[in-house]
Amino acid sequence: MTSKTTRMLSYRDAINEALQQEMERNPDIILMGEDIAGAAGRADQGFVDAWGGPFRTTQGLIQKFGEDRVRDTPISEAAFIGTAIGAAAAGVRTVAELMYFDFVGVCFDQLLNNAAKMHYMYGGNVTLPFTLLTRVGAGVGSAAQHSEILYALIAHIPGLKGVVPSDAYTAKGLLTAALRSDDPVIFFEHKLLYHESCEVPEESYEIPIGDARTVREGTDITLVGISKMTSVCLEAAELLSAEGVNAEVIDLLSVFPIDYDHIITSVQKTHRLVIVDEDTPTCSVATDIAATVGEEAFDSLDAPIMRVQSPHTPVPYARGLELAYIPDAQRVVKTVREVFGN
Amino acid sequence: MEITKEELLKMFETMVTIRQFELRAFAEVGQRSLRGAIHLSVGQEAVPTGICAHLTDDDYLASTHRGHGHCIAKGVDVQGMMAEILQKATGTNKGKGGSMHIADMSKGMLGANGVVGSSVPLAVGAALAAKHRGTDQVAIAFFGDGAVNQGVVHESMNLAAIWKLPVIFACENNQYAESTPVEYATPIADIADRAKGYNMPGVVVDGMDAFAVYDAAGAAIGRARAGLGPTLLECKTYRYYGHAAFDNPKSYRSTEEEDEWKARDAIMKFKERVIEEGTLNQAELDETEAAVTEMMDDAVRFADESPDPDLSELLTDVYFDPPKGSLGRSAHLFT
Ligand SMILES: Cc1ncc(C[n+]2csc(CCOP(=O)(O)OP(=O)(O)O)c2C)c(N)n1
Ligand SMILES: [Mg+2]
Repeated sequence: MTSKTTRMLSYRDAINEALQQEMERNPDIILMGEDIAGAAGRADQGFVDAWGGPFRTTQGLIQKFGEDRVRDTPISEAAFIGTAIGAAAAGVRTVAELMYFDFVGVCFDQLLNNAAKMHYMYGGNVTLPFTLLTRVGAGVGSAAQHSEILYALIAHIPGLKGVVPSDAYTAKGLLTAALRSDDPVIFFEHKLLYHESCEVPEESYEIPIGDARTVREGTDITLVGISKMTSVCLEAAELLSAEGVNAEVIDLLSVFPIDYDHIITSVQKTHRLVIVDEDTPTCSVATDIAATVGEEAFDSLDAPIMRVQSPHTPVPYARGLELAYIPDAQRVVKTVREVFGN
Repeated sequence: MEITKEELLKMFETMVTIRQFELRAFAEVGQRSLRGAIHLSVGQEAVPTGICAHLTDDDYLASTHRGHGHCIAKGVDVQGMMAEILQKATGTNKGKGGSMHIADMSKGMLGANGVVGSSVPLAVGAALAAKHRGTDQVAIAFFGDGAVNQGVVHESMNLAAIWKLPVIFACENNQYAESTPVEYATPIADIADRAKGYNMPGVVVDGMDAFAVYDAAGAAIGRARAGLGPTLLECKTYRYYGHAAFDNPKSYRSTEEEDEWKARDAIMKFKERVIEEGTLNQAELDETEAAVTEMMDDAVRFADESPDPDLSELLTDVYFDPPKGSLGRSAHLFT
């Protein structure tokens, strides 16, 4: 954050810029995934960079870094993600893209049994400078198999880190940190954020993995947001201020490690906590935060901790059902009123 | 293989229905500014048509993200499909699934599926069920040229081969997986050759020719019904539109290539052949097309007159037999 020059940049462009800057800085970074460039093998026919990923986050990279460092893959997630992990073990910093996190089932073994465990079970003998880019979130009518959140799958597994940028600024800083990390990091992009812009420094910077940030100071209640849900919390905070409730909003930024200290410090001031997590509610990150704050800060609490989450269902297709599924500011406000006993 | 006049008309109707349905659904989705991907199989109609002409409602089919054609050829009602895509309560799946997730067990339609390769073992499972029951039912596993590099597809072929299950692996090689050309992703010219590794027949079929598909599928399905095990059919075909309809395929393929394939258009070639052979006449073809157009108007009207799904549907169907508290402690917030 030493940069003086900032400009408005979209979440998508911030991701692209972080990849570019780190790949320039470190010639040992390799990127692979399905259609991350596009028209693979057709440069001789004049087709390059035809796709750039489904949300164009990797567009332009192949033209800068060439097809040896930006590799389109067949639809073989278990193979190319496992390959990325193996290459990382062999000392090449790798980035793989899993197009939608719902597809993790196809390659989960590589994450669960290799990426997460190799450093530990080999007694520190193997190090994995590996980043998985993936995307999550409902709201674009993609239905059950292209919309889920599932942060809890990653947070639950010792050995993996998970980051959840909520805007362009945090996307660039967290991705830069991930690309410099020697642990496997899962980078969760939220589909509804790609076109959102904010001020982003031109030069590269890191946001430490595991640090939450306070995005709105308040005194009466702490709202914790995760990824897109941070803006939902901010919207709710505005609505609540009209009701005389001054909410503090924390942007979690990492789903593992979870910055419990940051949340507890806030709760010691506000004495109330609501966690807003788009993930399904059972065994979720929100549940874990509630449990930990309950254990460690019970005496600071004036009211039960509440969670606002998706229902315990898959994601529905029809717009009305999908909108009801996703936590929104109204639901947060309603929950906060409950916390205050109204 | 002999095809009756009735079968010919049915095949023509199926191909025209697939094409009209998809173009109409895409237009209606656009007009209503609905969100969600819709993958068109326009160009590929001969493949499900030629295969499903041999099936009854008792046979099974497992489909992909590009599944409208499979559904229609398997006999799924187009009114329900249109209502599903237009997000209505009367949709095949109550508006909960959408274009990528249409299933109708009354027609043996095990479901379109959004995860590439994921539905292939489901067809193998349906074939196992048939074998277990001792019936002569068969199952069709549809998948694309992109899916053939997914491990589960290979594991499924191996399992079906060692257990001699009545399943047809129907690969729709439309030359691309999103923007990735098949020749980049697969190091062999014919995907059908992969059958060798599983000791089953692997057949290359002209997927733009409904008659060729009909013949090859007839042989494979005959083998399966006779207990001789699976076959891999590779149907070479082409999708005319972008991967998810909106995207522009010109960024990875040439107009000349598109024109070459369109010059072999399956519906056009079918018409030319039946007229030339005198098996169907122009009036019969025209009447069929007009009837299909009317069917589409009816389907859109049906969808428009249908209600949106009730919000209570959000919480239903998660379980057949919902355990107490299964929807989480906060279920009351959603009702
Ligand atoms: C496991 C998995 N990986 C990636 C995707 C994203 N995706 C959807 S369709 C598709 C291409 C599939 O190509 P192909 O199998 O040839 O079928 P086609 O689209 O050509 O009908 C991809 C990569 C997915 N849905 N599932
Ligand atoms: Mg294909």
